[in-house]
Amino acid sequence: MNMYQENILEHSRNPSNYGVLDKFTHSVFDSNPLCGDEVSIQLLVDSGIIKKVAFSSVGCVISRAGSSIITEFVIGKSVDDIKKMSKEDMLGILNVELSASRIKCALLGFVALKKSLWGVSDVAD
Amino acid sequence: MSDFPILKDIVYLDNASTTQKPLVVIEAVKQYYEKYNANIHRGVYSLSEHSTLLFENARKAVSEFVNAECVVFTKSATEGLNLVAKGLPLIKGDEVILTDMEHHSNILPWQQVAKEKGIILKFARVKNFSLDVDHLVSLFSPKTKVVSICHVSNVLGCENPIKEISRIAHSNNALIVIDASQSVPHMTIDVKELGADFLVFSGHKMLAPMGVGVLCGKKKCLEMLSPLVSGGGGIKNVEQHDFSLNDVPDRLEAGTPNVASVVGLAAAIEYLKGIGMEKVTHQVNWLTDYALKKLSSNRSIVVFGGSNGVISFGVDGVHSHDVCSILDQKNICVRGGHHCAMLLMKQLGIKDCVRASFYFYNTKDDVDKLADSLSLVKEVLA
Repeated sequence: MNMYQENILEHSRNPSNYGVLDKFTHSVFDSNPLCGDEVSIQLLVDSGIIKKVAFSSVGCVISRAGSSIITEFVIGKSVDDIKKMSKEDMLGILNVELSASRIKCALLGFVALKKSLWGVSDVAD
Repeated sequence: MSDFPILKDIVYLDNASTTQKPLVVIEAVKQYYEKYNANIHRGVYSLSEHSTLLFENARKAVSEFVNAECVVFTKSATEGLNLVAKGLPLIKGDEVILTDMEHHSNILPWQQVAKEKGIILKFARVKNFSLDVDHLVSLFSPKTKVVSICHVSNVLGCENPIKEISRIAHSNNALIVIDASQSVPHMTIDVKELGADFLVFSGHKMLAPMGVGVLCGKKKCLEMLSPLVSGGGGIKNVEQHDFSLNDVPDRLEAGTPNVASVVGLAAAIEYLKGIGMEKVTHQVNWLTDYALKKLSSNRSIVVFGGSNGVISFGVDGVHSHDVCSILDQKNICVRGGHHCAMLLMKQLGIKDCVRASFYFYNTKDDVDKLADSLSLVKEVLA
């Protein structure tokens, strides 16, 4: 099992959409109690479409790469479509073999993003 | 080590979490279920009597192994600490002294009691990666009723001066509770000599199966506890609206216990005695020192603590879980995260760290593999 593939490492080293949005419609902070990884995400939604997204995080390679990849994926997509995404969809986009305990790391940003769109503190993943 | 089949293909360095089991322990559990399984106590047929005998002999073996007056079997060290915290007759305003290096198991039960009964918790500081004993002493007041403290930290590996702290606690009319989960597996423990009123440990960290822990100590102290659970086995007489409790230890062991694991614990103790606890201590300390030396030659490693079989460290700029996953690719098992010691992580100014922990069956080769693989971590992520 090699979860540290080049694309994952590259996303971790140089994450896309890293930072903070000045103007946003949705915002969320989430953490993984297992390891203390933290992520903050802001989204700018207009007419049901995700126009902009930014995240910042403290955590491992996998969680940072996961957040980077999902933020790239959601730009230009409809809120309704993203709200319907399952964790299997997210892991499919990530396309890396992960051990069971690291799946939570990979999903941290995705789950946080879904929470912000649903406007809840917890969603089924 | 041919006695531990599971160790054939892995480098197992998570012994502070749980140890592997030798064949004699696995065999003891198997034999129990094949030959002796019956519920203990009150069975008048031979099979039940034999099962009861095995259970009570195990109690005797534990009692002799740690020189404790009275032994109560629990399901874990955590349950033992809950039993003490929630079972003591504490009242509003009573004070309990803990430390910042405690495992969550020795914090959360007290916090629950603090919220329910209005007792006050005080925390002794950690200084230079060990306990600030002077600060602990300064926390005593006439209202101090209990000091509950680990013998050896599960993160720093440091050994606390329990005998001294017991003496101070007793001179302040306070009880002392010792979490010996990280010391009983590694060193000869004498509960009476330590001055422990209560002492807890778990079986699975010392070769025994999971599902059995020990709460032991002075009989008169154990008699102060009200049971955490009540039901079958714990009583003398039951009326429609009342019951009278059995004597200790039975009153604190209501419900069918994990007899097979208790039998496995007795086999584990026998195995450890066969090796000799001095040898266990020597090998674990030797491995720890050797690992410290090897790791300190790696400039990207920062060590937070290293003694008594435990080394906690960080790899510069790398999350502990990434270190664990990279080592896992080499079949090396170490733990990352907060190690159920969030207060200590905060004191150390970190969120998480990597912990390698040794037992007597580990080898120099295991440490070399750990050190070699750690030197690759930066490369893998580069």
